[in-house]
Amino acid sequence: MKRSTPVNHAKAAEKFMKDTAHARFHDKRLWDLRQKRDQQMHLLPEWQELRTLASQIKEHTLAHLPEYLEQFEANALKNGVHVHWATDAAEHNRIVGEILEKHGVRTLIKSKSMVTEECEMAPYLTQCDVQVIETDLGERIQQLDNQMPSHIVVPAVHKLASDVAKLFAQHYHTAPDDDDPHSLAWAQRLAARPVILSADAGMTGVNFAVAETGSFVVCTNEGNADLSATVPKLHIATLGIEKLIPRMADLGVFIRLLSRSALGSPITQYTTHFRAPQKGSEMHVVLVDNGRSHRLGMEEFWTSLKCIRCGACMNTCPVYRRSGGLSYGAVYSGPIGVIIDPTFNERKYSTLPFASTMNGSCTHVCPVKINIHEQIYQWRGVLANHHELPFVKREIMRMVGKILGRPKLYRAMVQGAETTLNVLPRFLLYRTMNPWGKNRTLPRPVQQTFHAWYKEHRVKKNRNT
Amino acid sequence: MQKIGLFIPCYIDAFFPKVGIATLELLEKCAQNVEYPMAQTCCGQPLANVGCHSDAAEAEALFVRHFARYDAIVVPSGSCAHHVRERFDAIPQTEEVCHVRSHIYELIEFLHDILEVQAFPWAEFPHKVGIHNGCSTLRSLRTASMSELGEPFFSKPQALLSRVKGISFVTPHRPDECCGFGGTFSITEEAVSIRMGLDKVQDYYKAGAEYIVSADSSCLMHQQGCAEHAGVPIRFIHIAEILNGAQA
Ligand code: SF4
Repeated sequence: MKRSTPVNHAKAAEKFMKDTAHARFHDKRLWDLRQKRDQQMHLLPEWQELRTLASQIKEHTLAHLPEYLEQFEANALKNGVHVHWATDAAEHNRIVGEILEKHGVRTLIKSKSMVTEECEMAPYLTQCDVQVIETDLGERIQQLDNQMPSHIVVPAVHKLASDVAKLFAQHYHTAPDDDDPHSLAWAQRLAARPVILSADAGMTGVNFAVAETGSFVVCTNEGNADLSATVPKLHIATLGIEKLIPRMADLGVFIRLLSRSALGSPITQYTTHFRAPQKGSEMHVVLVDNGRSHRLGMEEFWTSLKCIRCGACMNTCPVYRRSGGLSYGAVYSGPIGVIIDPTFNERKYSTLPFASTMNGSCTHVCPVKINIHEQIYQWRGVLANHHELPFVKREIMRMVGKILGRPKLYRAMVQGAETTLNVLPRFLLYRTMNPWGKNRTLPRPVQQTFHAWYKEHRVKKNRNT
Repeated sequence: MQKIGLFIPCYIDAFFPKVGIATLELLEKCAQNVEYPMAQTCCGQPLANVGCHSDAAEAEALFVRHFARYDAIVVPSGSCAHHVRERFDAIPQTEEVCHVRSHIYELIEFLHDILEVQAFPWAEFPHKVGIHNGCSTLRSLRTASMSELGEPFFSKPQALLSRVKGISFVTPHRPDECCGFGGTFSITEEAVSIRMGLDKVQDYYKAGAEYIVSADSSCLMHQQGCAEHAGVPIRFIHIAEILNGAQA
């Protein structure tokens, strides 16, 4: 198999930041979301209790996942829903392709679903001559621009309204300089409605699947999922197996946390429960593993499956806000991406756990209490053990380790050079100090290290007395 | 009388010896019996943070050999204290190792929680300062409340500094935002690191701070580098220096 090249996050980030207008806007917009989230948190005195509860429910569910999945399947079947199981992306796409073929579907309308992105379903279906059209505004923008979503909740958050105006002008023949958000939304509505009305099938993601009822819940703000699911006669819902929760009574905990964490709004405009197909329609559910059960078996990383895809960790992440979602070169970006992407391709995403300062803000906003920054730290260790370290040479680190274990050698290296300045961090931390000094001044050289000062002022003094 | 082992991390030893000196003098002014073990090197954090934790075994063993004999170990750096306390496990967890891990204190914690120092009569600092808490100091050692949790405000560094004559505080817009140092991150992700650093110092500068004060020298080193290069007129000082009576 061809070894993939690691994603160059640093370079992509630098490129994104060169365009100051975009970069500034991006940081500010996401920081606004973080602040709105904070305001919502302050309104709920039970916020931390909710987080604990959500985390416990998810951990419980994951610990009993096979039972809950079977329970969900049995109940969904009872409701007249077709249930499919997909081990990996290829199987997922094949299953969807077959359902569509059986119904002679030519046009599929879709509302946002990260699993289908993960499975690269759209290109597959295009090959099968099915036209896939996104109905979520942000997702549609990204589709028209041939880009991955840059954020799991607000897929086109890195674009300015003026970018969208230009894009729509190309595709919808609107005025390229009319960047009023209302006219843009209207243009999308005009373009989308006829497609929705004539589509042969609709596809949605799933936010929560309830085992005890066999039903599932989709949360959106534009109502596009509802249209995608109910207008055509065929509704396919696709979900990762970690989306399960045991009981309907658990749902409220997550609904209360989800939109508050994501956008700082108390609830999404639409919280739609799907239980059974409408008369004369068919409903299919595809349960996707695609590496999840493997992840469930990873001691340090299994709790990443608690994720409810709210995006709060991205909004708060100072690196993500500066670098933009596309710089991660992966379907999942930001802190959650950093800890799950390597499970899809360890080498390709080996750089991502290093695209973090491990500051830990993510961990503390996460509504399901995933210890994200600890997992980033753990990933670095795993990558080192698997010889996938992107920036440092293991042999050099071994040598550094030896030096740190030998005080005399260590002292010689620190003291020996009047260039303490350069030598120390260079041998301790970095292969080269050059990038430090490019846009940052270096610390001033000092006359005497602390060690030498102590020797002169304390050790000698004590000896004299 | 309890004996205190002073741990001076590598970059303070080499770049900011006066922070080490201030820490030592300050502890002595607080009537502590302090010793600096001459054969100390480093806690191994730089290795662990790039994934090579097991290579730090010898450094950890050495650290324990030199510090296990003290009743308390004090270090003027949050990330080092955090590393020793939370992640020091490249070697078997003997009684000595556990003693070291549970008796290491970052300087602010030690002054605030253990010694409960109520006054610094020798200190005066008539300046507007903005406090920067390094991320592990803030979110792991929990020396201040964090905005993510919505908890009632507390700040150990501010509590200590407010006992210094003449000092006043400014609050930036994003007080808990990471400054972008992050160890190797500052090199491998140079552009993002510098952007973050610059945003940070500008936030303090706009809030009216003359000084950024912190218990974390590595953050200060990075921020100072960013500020000087971009010409942001703000100064940097370690909290130990102010508490020890530095005059600016
Ligand atoms: S990891 Fe937590 S904060 Fe990030 S998207 Fe998932 S649930 Fe939200």
